[in-house]
Amino acid sequence: MLEWLVWLLSWALVLVGSLFIVAGGVGMVRLPDLYTRLHAASVTDTGGAIVLSFALLLQAVFVFGNTIAAIKVSLILFFTLFTAPTASHALAKSALLSGQVPLGAGGEPLLESPEEAVRLATTPVGADDDEDAPHPSTAPAIDGGAGADSTGGARRSGSEDPSPDASV
Amino acid sequence: MFAVATIALLVTMVLTLARALAGPTLFDRLLAVNSFGTKTVLLIAVFGFLTGRPDFLDIALVYALINFLGTVAVLKFFELDDPGSVVYREDDY
Repeated sequence: MLEWLVWLLSWALVLVGSLFIVAGGVGMVRLPDLYTRLHAASVTDTGGAIVLSFALLLQAVFVFGNTIAAIKVSLILFFTLFTAPTASHALAKSALLSGQVPLGAGGEPLLESPEEAVRLATTPVGADDDEDAPHPSTAPAIDGGAGADSTGGARRSGSEDPSPDASV
Repeated sequence: MFAVATIALLVTMVLTLARALAGPTLFDRLLAVNSFGTKTVLLIAVFGFLTGRPDFLDIALVYALINFLGTVAVLKFFELDDPGSVVYREDDY
């Protein structure tokens, strides 16, 4: 009964993990922009790695009976979960610093110029919000939300600030 | 079971390699190399279980760490004039 359950669960985890991994690979080829490809790579690095590692953990403990292997798999998962988002963040910031402009859904650039991308990457988030808060295009959106717009809410929308600017 | 995961990983590695070769900018190639390294880690781990000898996990563990260090080192090299300095080269733009 137990081995049957482990077999079923391992198959399910391996299939879901393989789906995540192949989806990320297809996205790497087909998506139009560096920043969207970053998303596709992150799907593989987090979703695929987590699910596949859990399948390996199950197999190592219940089928191989190898506790050391299970510990090593969980260490690999632990380090991957730390390093993959850090590498993605560093890559996105480095791309912004070098003037890579993100593209919108219709293929139009979301920023006005490469200098805008560099400014976005070099200015601290808090200073950026203070500067953009009285901007006419963003003010109604802030008022439309709940009156108590905390700094957390403003900080969360900080990365999407340039899009209203481009549409004006 | 592990054969399915191995095939999925190999297919994705081919697709990632295609992006690394075709990528229009430096950062596309760097992203592809980083993603390829992560998939290599998973492939080594899965292949150990496929052959019934999960002894390659040490190699996968070391490769996971080296892959991250390599990516960050190359990024810092292209982001800064001098990899030892902390001053952004804003004047170049």
